[in-house]
Amino acid sequence: MGTVAEEIFSMKLSRDVSAGEIVLVDIDVTMSHDNTTPLAIKALRNTGKPLYDKNRIVIIFDHVQPPASVESATLQKEVLEFIKKEGIKNFFREGICHQVLVERGFVLPGRVIIGGDSHTCTYGALGAFGTGVGSTDIGVSYATGKNWFRVPETFYFDVNGSFAKGVYPKDLILKIIGKVGARGATYKACEFGGKTIESMAMGDRLTLTNMAIEMGGKTGLIKTDKVTENYLKSRGYPYKEIVPKDPNYEKIFEFDVDDLTPQVAVSPKVDNVYPVEKYAGTDVDEVFIGTCTNGRIEDLEIVARMFKGKKLNPLLKTIIVPASNEIYFEAMNRGYIKIFMDAGAMVCNPGCGPCIGRHQGVLAPGDRALTTMNRNFIGRMGSDKGEIIIASPATAAATALNGKITDPREVI
Amino acid sequence: MGKVFRFSDDVNTDEIIPGRYNVTTDPKALAEHCFFEVRTDFSKTVKGGDFIVAGENFGCGSSREHAPIAIKASGIKAVIAKSFARIFYRNCINIGLPIMISDELYDLVKDGEDIEVNLKEGTIKILKTGKVVKSKGFPDFILKIIDAGGIVNFLKNHDIGELEDGI
Repeated sequence: MGTVAEEIFSMKLSRDVSAGEIVLVDIDVTMSHDNTTPLAIKALRNTGKPLYDKNRIVIIFDHVQPPASVESATLQKEVLEFIKKEGIKNFFREGICHQVLVERGFVLPGRVIIGGDSHTCTYGALGAFGTGVGSTDIGVSYATGKNWFRVPETFYFDVNGSFAKGVYPKDLILKIIGKVGARGATYKACEFGGKTIESMAMGDRLTLTNMAIEMGGKTGLIKTDKVTENYLKSRGYPYKEIVPKDPNYEKIFEFDVDDLTPQVAVSPKVDNVYPVEKYAGTDVDEVFIGTCTNGRIEDLEIVARMFKGKKLNPLLKTIIVPASNEIYFEAMNRGYIKIFMDAGAMVCNPGCGPCIGRHQGVLAPGDRALTTMNRNFIGRMGSDKGEIIIASPATAAATALNGKITDPREVI
Repeated sequence: MGKVFRFSDDVNTDEIIPGRYNVTTDPKALAEHCFFEVRTDFSKTVKGGDFIVAGENFGCGSSREHAPIAIKASGIKAVIAKSFARIFYRNCINIGLPIMISDELYDLVKDGEDIEVNLKEGTIKILKTGKVVKSKGFPDFILKIIDAGGIVNFLKNHDIGELEDGI
């Protein structure tokens, strides 16, 4: 009985669990990446305990992949030695952790997953409870197979209406964050529902849950339905229904997307959200399309449609990073990669790309980037004198075409 | 007694330590880049036993544990904020960086002023005015982790199931 979050924990513990309770649960999947695994290994070793269950561990190299400095290469070497020594089978370098975990069937309804990455909240799009933790918490799960949680209260976002042309789920989540604020949902589960969500494809749902952390949320969740079932079954993964039962939401927010327009979040906070018109015409030095928020095939499709047959100004850095190899292959098969490269965009290998500020398009002092990322914090993409504006893939593509911030409705 | 480094609301982990400096797990090397861009004098002027006082949502953003490690290795004795971001809160408790929650303190001290903190009692004394502020308490099971000096130390001598006794 309860919200999606309460349902998952109740199922997991075979008893009724309510928000506010502290619970110790078995972790189904413990994920970490090249940036957070080294400290997790250190934590495990310091406990003096052996690895509890290597089969429930997934390690992904995505943040700086392939390594771009001696320092990252050295840390990754340490992790590779750990993987070999412990015989860990679930190791991948084929894209961003959150996309790869979904594609490879580690994210299933009802599972409790922790990740050494704050955007682990993404997995709720499939009815799993995913939440970001630090490396020591990863080490705790390595050593014990368990971890503790406070079952969160839930904010429910009831979203209805249809997106107008040129307006996308990214605009919706930016609008929501602008309204709720960067700390407005701290510790809360953010459950998204309503007619708009029901008709959304899985890729778009992942964009919403991915950004729950940007309003402080512990996780983003969407109840399972036909879309979830079809997505999982088409890949040969098991489906289980996870739906709220007589839920008690702490707060309900209502959004109507009929009148929603393209939004941007300007530096240095994700809740600095305004309609794109306010910044239209502002010059940019870099456009980056990708990340765990917007590097999926649905996103690349929008960009390919807009770039087809066009030429980009080479003075502008336009960088496209598909979120995974699977998406890269699909984009190749559909001819998108050719369209991007013909237009003059740089297409990099799947991974986090410049979102970590260490390779594939770092900012110089004074550079302004318009990106499909989830964060616009100072220094995130390189120089602390750089500026990051976040928007939808359509706004990013329109901006790349014009070299200045552009409302995609003018181009589509 | 220690000096206050005062920060405002929503201090994020990129400000505490930018991602491009997370290329080591050595606490001392991380401490050198703590607040490297937003408060350039921090690593040079902080002394062992000093404090960070902040507003709401301290430590928001990434899950990177490099952030609390950098703060701890820089000598900060405790971070006292109106509220903490969730992952950062867990990370501090796990690695044994003392944190305290106080709504009141932030408006009562200025940057550079001296305070005295009693972690056991959960009290903060502002030396200039002599006023004593009490911080919010922690649940029992978190106190167990804090008392052990972090979760790794706890697990050295206990089974994780023992945490449940405090739940």
